[in-house]
Amino acid sequence: MPTVFATLAPSSVPTSSTVTQSANWFLENAWLVPLLPALSFVCILFFGKRLRYKGAELGIAAVALSLILAACAGVAWLDHRDNFVLHNTTDAGVEAVAGESYVAVQNSTQWLQSGGIEFSAGILVDGLSVMMLVMVSLVSLLVHVYSTDYVSDDKRYTHFFAFLSLFTAAMLFFVLSDNILQMIVGWELVGVCSFVLIGHWWEQKPNSDAALKAFLTNRVGDVGLLIGVITLFFAAGGGKTFDTIKINEAIVQGGVSHSALVVASLCLMAAVMSKSGQFILHTWLPDAMAGPTPVSALIHAATMVVAGVFMIARLYPVFFEGMQIGGSSINVMATIGAVTLVFGGLLAFVQNDIKKVLAYSTVSQLGYMVMALGVGAWTAAVFHLFTHAFFKANLFLGSGSVAHAVHSFDMKKDMGGLRKFMPKTYVTFIIGSLALAGLFPLAGFWSKDEILAGTGGWGLFGGTGGNGTYTFHLLMGMFGAALTAAYMTRCVYLTFHGTYRGGHGQHHEPHESGPRILVPLYILSGLAIVAGLANLPPGFQLVNNSWTERFGHFIEPVGSSYFPKIAHATPSWSLAVVASVVALFGAVAAFYYYFVKVDRLAKTTQQSLTELPEGLTESNALAGAGHKTLVNKYYLDHIYERGIVAATKGPLARAAYWVNQHMIDNAVNTTGETAVKMGRSMYDLVDQGVIDAFVDGSGRVSDATGEELRQINSGKVQNYAAILFAMAAVLAGAFIIIFAF
Amino acid sequence: MNTIAENNWLLTALVFTPLAGALLMVLIPEKDERSHKQAALITSLLTLGLAVFLLWDFDYSNAASLQYFVDTQWIEVIGAGYTIGVDGMSLPLIALTALIMPLVFVYSWHHIPEPGNAKAFLILSLILETGMIGTFVAQDLVLFFVFFEVVLLPMFFMIAVWGGANRRYASLKFFLFTLFGSALMLLSFLALYFLTDEGTFNMLVLTENAGAGIARGTQLLIFAGMFIGFGVKVPMFPFHTWLPDAHTEAPTQGSVILAAVLLKLGTYGFIRIAIPMLPEAAEAWAPWIGLLAVIGIIYGALGCLAQTDMKRLIAFSSVAHMGFVMLGIATLTDFGINAAIFGMVAHGLITGMLFFIAGSVKERYHTLEIKRLGGMLVQAPRMGWILGFVSMASLGLPGLAGFWGEFPAILAAYNPAAGVPEGTFRGYMVVAAIGTVLAAGYLLWLLQRTAMGEPSIEFADDPNITDVSPTEWIAWTPLLVGIVLFGVAPGLIFEVTDPAVVQSLDNCIMTGCEGVQTATSAAGGG
Repeated sequence: MPTVFATLAPSSVPTSSTVTQSANWFLENAWLVPLLPALSFVCILFFGKRLRYKGAELGIAAVALSLILAACAGVAWLDHRDNFVLHNTTDAGVEAVAGESYVAVQNSTQWLQSGGIEFSAGILVDGLSVMMLVMVSLVSLLVHVYSTDYVSDDKRYTHFFAFLSLFTAAMLFFVLSDNILQMIVGWELVGVCSFVLIGHWWEQKPNSDAALKAFLTNRVGDVGLLIGVITLFFAAGGGKTFDTIKINEAIVQGGVSHSALVVASLCLMAAVMSKSGQFILHTWLPDAMAGPTPVSALIHAATMVVAGVFMIARLYPVFFEGMQIGGSSINVMATIGAVTLVFGGLLAFVQNDIKKVLAYSTVSQLGYMVMALGVGAWTAAVFHLFTHAFFKANLFLGSGSVAHAVHSFDMKKDMGGLRKFMPKTYVTFIIGSLALAGLFPLAGFWSKDEILAGTGGWGLFGGTGGNGTYTFHLLMGMFGAALTAAYMTRCVYLTFHGTYRGGHGQHHEPHESGPRILVPLYILSGLAIVAGLANLPPGFQLVNNSWTERFGHFIEPVGSSYFPKIAHATPSWSLAVVASVVALFGAVAAFYYYFVKVDRLAKTTQQSLTELPEGLTESNALAGAGHKTLVNKYYLDHIYERGIVAATKGPLARAAYWVNQHMIDNAVNTTGETAVKMGRSMYDLVDQGVIDAFVDGSGRVSDATGEELRQINSGKVQNYAAILFAMAAVLAGAFIIIFAF
Repeated sequence: MNTIAENNWLLTALVFTPLAGALLMVLIPEKDERSHKQAALITSLLTLGLAVFLLWDFDYSNAASLQYFVDTQWIEVIGAGYTIGVDGMSLPLIALTALIMPLVFVYSWHHIPEPGNAKAFLILSLILETGMIGTFVAQDLVLFFVFFEVVLLPMFFMIAVWGGANRRYASLKFFLFTLFGSALMLLSFLALYFLTDEGTFNMLVLTENAGAGIARGTQLLIFAGMFIGFGVKVPMFPFHTWLPDAHTEAPTQGSVILAAVLLKLGTYGFIRIAIPMLPEAAEAWAPWIGLLAVIGIIYGALGCLAQTDMKRLIAFSSVAHMGFVMLGIATLTDFGINAAIFGMVAHGLITGMLFFIAGSVKERYHTLEIKRLGGMLVQAPRMGWILGFVSMASLGLPGLAGFWGEFPAILAAYNPAAGVPEGTFRGYMVVAAIGTVLAAGYLLWLLQRTAMGEPSIEFADDPNITDVSPTEWIAWTPLLVGIVLFGVAPGLIFEVTDPAVVQSLDNCIMTGCEGVQTATSAAGGG
């Protein structure tokens, strides 16, 4: 049998200082976690429709099994992190490698070969990937269950579940990748699933437009991804390797040119901006809300959009060195994050569609994560990624529950007063909102507080340490916290308070959703309450020391060979208090406006109002202009759609085609015509004039022969061909003779 | 001297089985269409069987050297030999050709294009197959040239007789362009023959010689002749304008063969003949080849965006895709050339498939005007999904075959061979990467306009619009499977081509081709 098929045989990975191949079974075989949903995708695709529950049961079973395996891997990791000792086999025997306690697990097999080098595909299991495995499979399972009710009447129900499975598989594959080539594969596959699911209802053009926009915007970022990966491939890890750990190690050891890292980190940043919705490539994310709500919760809130954040975390040395994060007070990544978190938060204010509020909120929260990574607060960013997944999925699924009842996402037109009709959804939504607003003691409080402390910009009572003094970013973060609390207050009021504005032409009142929708909400809101306890700040006096910083301890690869030496900020009570006050101020201001002023006016006028009739935007020109800018989303979509896209599709494409038809083709046709003309004149002159004259003079040849000749001579093909051939031959021959001698 | 008498009849059988089938079919009366279809299908399946045996029997541990090698006298007067052999570079392309042809014949079972005459149509297709496989196994320049030209006439007639409304112009243009290129190519071959000391057409000898003893200026000119000859076939900008016309007018089968195999004759010529025989000239020309390649990528994509006809759009996309292949070749690195061969196979599967779909759309809607189509997912959901799937493959989605031709080519451009200007190629790399955005743009836009949305009123109740038929399934499934298989396990192709490519470039070292030398030794050391 040809050796090609030996591809599937495992090949060894050279162990580096903090990587092992042999570990607990669940860690070594973590590749099963993405494999199961991948298999369920294929099965659902081919015979899902014939099954009793039309394929949903396969998807749920596969993801549930994945969750179990992921959880086992998680438990195994806890033990591995604390107790695993790396042994080094030498001639003298086996000896323990001292001082290494964070040992990642890597397993791979040969994938392809080029230029005599073999490239492998494999898994890299460490705290970060194990956390992602658990989080993704958990949220995915909840979304699967939720969807069985939410899209139960959909005509492409089976298809929907098939792609949920594929997405889950692709996302899990992505987070387990042990090399950046494989990461590209996962990165693009989740993008395709996102495309298909955003465009799930492709009959309507706005939906397919949104799908295209998402894919194409991400492709723009992918240009950066491709070039960044290529740069790393050649520059880091001793040259020509895709291996994540080797690349990271090479950078940590300082053997990689700084300019290459600047290029690579900037290019990869472009990819992060598109995938993780950073300003100015975020515009696809709100449009992506055209997809079904479970998709928004899973893909566009909890998992896929954090792929960019994950990539930064995974390749942190690239960014830490390339962006010069340590000892600075400003850098590209942190600033993009800071701008995104504020600009996104502002946009959330002017949305009437509840999902768009949440979408811009996601943009804003992703900004927090990117900013955290930008200021060197690695654990804070990853922790926020973790908590955000739960409370944002909670909010999205909650908005879906509401929409399920009122058949609309428009808060101003069709909602209001829903707390009476759907009290259970209301409670979970409130919990999610409080967590998102970062109020004590819910999940968002802890992760947001860590980010703010991580900026190192807090000067009061002695500062917080950290990798630099990012004061500007701290201020943006605080402002963002106030914004978040305020827009969520607005959202809650418009949806659940006041009186019900919807029900036009409907004979039944909105009703509470069923258990398959509510149970996922309960679980997620429960997590939104407690997830923050996973990483209590060090020195938090209310609990025993062994309870603090658990998340950071198990996740952050401190002391491993592939992680940069970052400084850790110390938490500050004063900062936590001030930040909470700022957030509360936002909440209170919005509360006063909506719950007091608007509500009072609504009661006096006996109307269900959504805002005061004579608002600031009407009375103040500046505020009006600002509002208009926000409503038009900073005019970015105008620039992209009417500017870049329209120019490319229209004038530019037409110009290229005009050149094709009128210049190149004209040249071709003219050459052909000239050849024909030359042929004709040769025929007229030589053939008819000279030869025929001779023939005529010497007597008549039979008509038949003449006719035959004429046919051959005027056969265009032969004419063209012969002449062109001759021309080319003469031309080339002449050149060769000139140059050869 | 190896003659066929030894145990290496396989390639000869592979090349001439289709021709034998064609000769047999001459004896069958024209009216008996069914027998013709059966005969053609059986012949091509037989050829496929031989190719499968070749794939099985091929010594993969020795993929770098020519196997099943035959070398006998043919035309003694000019020293042209019947020299054939196969190595890792040609094996995937032979397999691709042998796979595509039976699919074409299966498709032809119910789809003999107007004005009929299955006999002539199928016979021409079989002659084409002989020409194509022959080109990939030839190891003698005269033999190569003959096979290369054998391909020309059947395709000309296929377009001129079975083509669309504007077939006369298109077929003539195709014919003249290719002939023009062939003429220059032949001259280059002759020049090589006369200017090397050995005075031979044997490609092995010429490769070994690698241009030694020929003045640099002359080498550049000879290379230029091949450049144009092969470049027309690829086609490279600005010699590409025959392609959209030929594709638009050609019958579905013609388009599939043209896209899947014929274009690869040009790129194959570059990696088998032009570069190994004249490495020094290749190095000098590389920046220009690269330039035309990236112009082709962007220009082809923009051309696609301007199209209103689905088939013409797919044709233009070939210009862009072959641009990636040529970019890989222009880097003169093992990475790039491996990518190019992969790209050839992937493009063959993917674009071949796209033309099949276009043919089926035309058959159902009687138009390919994008404006009038729409909602295919409603009326023919499976076909719509297949179009979506193949579009994704075509835009280079990782996990599907197209990616492995595109990404490694872009990667290779970062670090071209040492004698090739690095800065220039990094510029090309960025342009090529931007080309992937445009590719996604035109393909998804096509998908949106044809497959998504509601069907237009014109076709809403048309009973003619049905989903994928059984013959279509049979013809398409192997291609679809191939797209996934090679996407998931790219090693299946890379591991075959890599040794041959590395050796082909290594060969230049011995004869002092500096640029290529440093690149490969660096790669080998990594």
